[in-house]
Order: sequence, then C-alpha cells, then structure tokens
Amino acid sequence: MSKIGIPRTLAYFVYYPFCKVFFEELGHEVVLSSPTSRAIMDDGVKEAVNDACIPIKIYHGHVLDLANQVDWIFCPRLVSVRKHGEFGTETFCPKFLGLPDMIRLAIDKLPKLLEVRVDLKKGKNELFQVVTQVGTQLGNGIGEIKQAFAKAVKAQKSYSKLLSREIMPHVALEMLEQQTRQPPREAPYDLKIAVVGYPYVIYDAYINAGLLKILEKEGAKVYTQDMLGDKILDRQARTLPKSMFWYFSNRAVYGGLHFMNRQDIDGIIHVTAFACGPDSMVDRLLEIESRRRKFTPYLSITVDEHTGEAGVRTRIEAFLDMLRYRREKNED
Amino acid sequence: MKISFPHMGHSFIAFKWLVEHLGHECIVPPEPSKKTLDLGVRYSPEFACIPFKILMGTYLEAEEMGAEVILTSGGCGPCRAGYYWVMHQYLLEEMGSKLKVVAFEPPMLDIRDFWKKLSWIRKSGKVSWKHFIEVMKITWEKIKAIDDVEIHSHEIRPYEINRGDTTRAVARALEQLDQADTISQIKEARDAGVKLLDELPRDRGRNPLKIGIIGEIYVVLEPSANHYLQIMLGEMGVQTHRSIYLSGYARESTISNGGEAIYQVAKPYLDELCIGGHGVNSIGETILYARHGFDGVVQLAPFSCIPEIVAKSIIPSVSRDFDIPVLTLFIDEQTGKAGVQTRLEAFVDLLEMRRQSKEEAARLVV
Ligand code: SF4
Ligand code: SF4
Repeated sequence: MSKIGIPRTLAYFVYYPFCKVFFEELGHEVVLSSPTSRAIMDDGVKEAVNDACIPIKIYHGHVLDLANQVDWIFCPRLVSVRKHGEFGTETFCPKFLGLPDMIRLAIDKLPKLLEVRVDLKKGKNELFQVVTQVGTQLGNGIGEIKQAFAKAVKAQKSYSKLLSREIMPHVALEMLEQQTRQPPREAPYDLKIAVVGYPYVIYDAYINAGLLKILEKEGAKVYTQDMLGDKILDRQARTLPKSMFWYFSNRAVYGGLHFMNRQDIDGIIHVTAFACGPDSMVDRLLEIESRRRKFTPYLSITVDEHTGEAGVRTRIEAFLDMLRYRREKNED
Repeated sequence: MKISFPHMGHSFIAFKWLVEHLGHECIVPPEPSKKTLDLGVRYSPEFACIPFKILMGTYLEAEEMGAEVILTSGGCGPCRAGYYWVMHQYLLEEMGSKLKVVAFEPPMLDIRDFWKKLSWIRKSGKVSWKHFIEVMKITWEKIKAIDDVEIHSHEIRPYEINRGDTTRAVARALEQLDQADTISQIKEARDAGVKLLDELPRDRGRNPLKIGIIGEIYVVLEPSANHYLQIMLGEMGVQTHRSIYLSGYARESTISNGGEAIYQVAKPYLDELCIGGHGVNSIGETILYARHGFDGVVQLAPFSCIPEIVAKSIIPSVSRDFDIPVLTLFIDEQTGKAGVQTRLEAFVDLLEMRRQSKEEAARLVV
C-alpha cells in the first residue's frame, strides 16, 4: 500500500472522484493537499519559473505541500480527452503538457512522481490503457485494476450527475466525501449569474478571493459551464469561425456562448488568471460575442497574486447593481 | 485584389514578387516600427503575445495603405498562433474595418480548404495553373536565396573591419534579389551577394565567440521585433547561428529545424513531442549548440509565450548539465533597445571570461 498525493488544483475539480476511488480500490491511501492558501501560493511562487501563470505556480505549491507526506505524487500529463476541433487536435494548455517535466526540474527532494500520459484522442478505450499503466507502477495486478477502474468510472458518473443537477463542483465533491445526496440549502436569490472560466480558477476560493461566496451573499444563483453536458456545450462550436485548441478554454467559451443565448441568465462573469496565454483570446472573444448576440452584461475579472476580497466584492456589487437597475428599468 | 501579409524579416521581397506575379496588387507591409507596435497594442488584448500585437499593427498599417486582403497562416495548436487570424478578424470587424484575413490552414490537415483558397487566389488573379506553379517555384527559390545571404552575413559580420559594411552589403544584395525574375537570375543575384560579403575587408585574426539563437519563430525571424539582435551581436564581434529560417532547411545539417531528431535530443528533459511553438526545439537546440562547441545560447521569447515559458523552466537544468550559459530575453512592448544591448554586453563579457579561464585551465594541464 502506498500513500498517493493529489494536488488540490488544476484537474482536481474535474477528475478527483475518479482518481480517489481508483486508488482506494487498489488499496492505496489518497492524501489531498490542503486547500490553496497564502503559504501554498508563496511556496509556488518561489519554486516555479517566474513567468508562469498563477495556476501553474499554485500547482507547484500544492506539490510542495504534499512532498513530505506521501510516497507518490500523482502528476499525469494531460494531453487530450477527446477528438475535437476542426482538425481533431484539441489538447490541454501547453503548460499542462509540460507539467511533469516542469515539476521534476523545479522542485528538489520530490517523492516519486506517478506519471502517465493521458491522450484519449484515439478513443475512450485508451483510458483503460492509462489506468493500467498507473496501477502497474503501483504494483497492482490487472484483475484489481479492472475492478477498480469500473468502480472509478461509476464514481465519476455520479459526480457528473450531481453537476447536472446544477450543484457546484466544490459542493458536489463535499457531498461525495460525506456521502450525502442532499445539497446544502440554497441561499435566497433574485439574479442568475453564469460564471465561466477554468475550473481551477472559478472553484478555488483562494485564487478568486471568494468570488462564488460573494455572489451567493449578494443574492445571485451561480451557474457554470461544468453543469452543462458535453452535447449542449459542443453545439456552440458551430457558431464560431474556428474552435480554440484547448479543452478547458473551449469549455469556457462554449459555456459563455450558451449562457448568452439563455433568457433566464441575467449576466455573465468570466474569471481569468493573470498572464494566462489562452485567456487573452478567450476573454476578448466572449466580450465581442456577447455584444454581437445582444447580450450585454458581461464582466471580466482577472485574478492574480494580489487579488483581494475587497476588490472583487466592489466589482461584483457594481455589476449586480447595474443588472438590477436594468431590470427595473425594463419592467417600467 | 490588393493583398498584404505579415512582415517577417526580408521575406517580403519574395512574397511581393509572388503576389504581383499572381495577378494581384501587392501592398508591401512596412517594417514594424514604434507606430506599428503602438497601433497593435492599442487594439489587441493586453495579454496577447507580442507577435499578435505586431501583426495587428501591421494589418492596420497595410489597410491604411489600401490593402483589402491579408494572407497569413493558420494552425492546429496547441499554440495560440493558429488562432491569430480568427482573433484578428474579430478585432478588425469590431473596429469597422473591411479588411479580410485569409489564413492557409496546414494542407495535411485540411486539403480541401487549402485548395479552395489557392484556387480563389489563382482565379481572381486570372492566371493559369501552369503559371501559378511556376510562380510558386520561383518564389521558393527567392526565399532560399534571401536566407542564404542572411545566413552568410551572420558569419561574416564579426570579422568586418568597418562597422556597418556587412549590413550595407546585405542591403545591396537584397536589392539585386528583388530585381531577379527567373531562377537563373535569382541564382546569379545570390552568388553575387555572397561574393560581395566575402570581399568585404575583414580581420581574419579574430576568433569570435559563437552564440546560438533559439526561441519563438516570429521574434527570431523579425529583426525589428528583437531589436536587430543578431546584427547587434555581430557588431560586438560575435558569430550567431540560428536554426529557424523561413526556408527551413538546415545549413549545418546537424542542427536542424525541428522534427524527430530534436525531439529525441530533448526527450530526457521534456517528454512531449508537441507543446506548441518552438518549445521543444528550444530545449533540443540548446543541447545541440552545447555539443557543437558553441559558447552560449540566447533564447528569444515573447512575454507570456506559453511554450517558451515551459522551455525556460527546463533550460536551467540543460544549461547546468551541458555547461552552456543561456540568456533568456522575454520581449514585450516595454522592451527597449538599450536594455537588450546592456544585457547582451554583460552576457558576452561573461562568455569571454569563461573562454579565457577555460584556455588557462587547458594550458595548466599541458
Ligand atoms: S490555461 Fe492559462 S491559467 Fe491555465 S495553465 Fe494555461 S496559461 Fe495557465
Ligand atoms: S509560440 Fe508563443 S508567441 Fe507564438 S503564438 Fe504561441 S504563445 Fe504566442
């Protein structure tokens, strides 16, 4: 039995249920890094190449947080999860592609890296190859791996189901942890706001200075692209001249476009990370499309090391005030 | 149609010839200047990489000069470059511009689209296929000849006795290439250019340092984007070599431009074939330059360039393992010529010192 560390960032918000069940079924212990904090960010900033984006720096911090507690750190190389885009060449952001190498070379005294290349362009069956490689590295046999894989797939499905019930990923993860089916009671709201962006930016309350909480407190119900099924999202691809090349970016863009077409959504917020390459395009594209589709209320919030709660709160309050004002005017 | 295209080094000479001989009017894009950059910065997203901004500015300038269509390249990722044209078109439309950006996607990926666009250009220019193919061939020869002259100039410049001789000779050679219309004329002009360079007064007693230039394609290929770095180094008495040329073929066959070989070399450090841009090349080439006895490497990268950031995070280990100093220059709109010059001078001093101490050590051993 080994102790396997999983950084609580990047792909965590999307694939954690799968990973956790898979490793535990194989008889290993899963250790999560602590939620992102000042200390984790500072460590990350120290270790990572200084031109990197915040999420990548924070990832370094999470790895450091785990370094002394585990035998392995699970650091897959996420290349692609599907065949998508004009040329079928969609991948993750290039920084994901080089991640294990960056980590290995940036941080000394690392536990073993549990590395595997995840490239599912060729088909869903590839995933079994991937988990087999992972299980084998951990010394598990093929029979166990098969069983664990089946259970992991099931766990991931229940997770998706929760999301499609319009439950936020971070809440759904909590529910799975506590094995409850009952989401916490919803706060009262009078506005519906779509928040789009990378999962590791919008669900990490530290990076975005508690954005989702603030929205909730201010009377908004939040929707994100992760509550939408792939079919709904991908339908939007046809409305663009060309798809982007990055999985998470495409999801954010398609989600944004989808919400623009929905009458019940009052406003859209795009949360973007400072110095993110792909976002320089995602953000402007959403802004232009929201104007063209006559869906005006669009707010872009950039977060960086120095983002404070007060700043985010002020911008959100102003945005929501504007939306409420508009609504009153329309009703008159 | 009035056609323009991105400005990349001296390649406009060949592309101008191409456009004109396909029956269109060419609006030669101006060399990127402060004005280009200012325009580009004003109308681009803040965190777009600098090539995006320079191109944005170039397109706007070309439009001012009358261009109706921009021809450029597409791409399939994973880097942003392949999405440039989409974004440029969006932004131009937002500004109320009528300019059309037409991108050639890689023919291996979408041959129909490629074909469609070629036919469109041919038909609207009213030329036959036979003529079209002939024109393509000649353009290709021009591109190669232009690169030949430039490559040779970087070898000669560190030996020049009168500063600026080489640069002036290159300009003269390019003028001749500009006039050449047939393959044999191109060959003549090329040979004359090379000879011109060879005949410059030189100090053959010098033993110049050798520096390899790596990095992102646009800032490597467009001298005005890198503050004429190769000329600057040449005039400091340094011989430079780079493996990225538009004509793509490698002169020193061992340091080649990309492909499987580079990947194999880079593999111990970066185990992923395609991280976009020239990320993998930058790592592989650093290793090759070290193996070939170069004194140092300069990495040129646009600020926020994703693949080069990945490369930069890995290069320190390569630099240590292969004992070759690497200077990374991140370029953005704030980068000034003086700053680049100071950093290069310091780097060159460091390389000089290393060389001296190595020579001394060698003497002691003997
Ligand atoms: S998509 Fe943006 S934020 Fe995410 S890793 Fe890439 S550069 Fe960083
Ligand atoms: S290689 Fe770098 S500069 Fe070029 S498009 Fe990609 S991110 Fe931008």
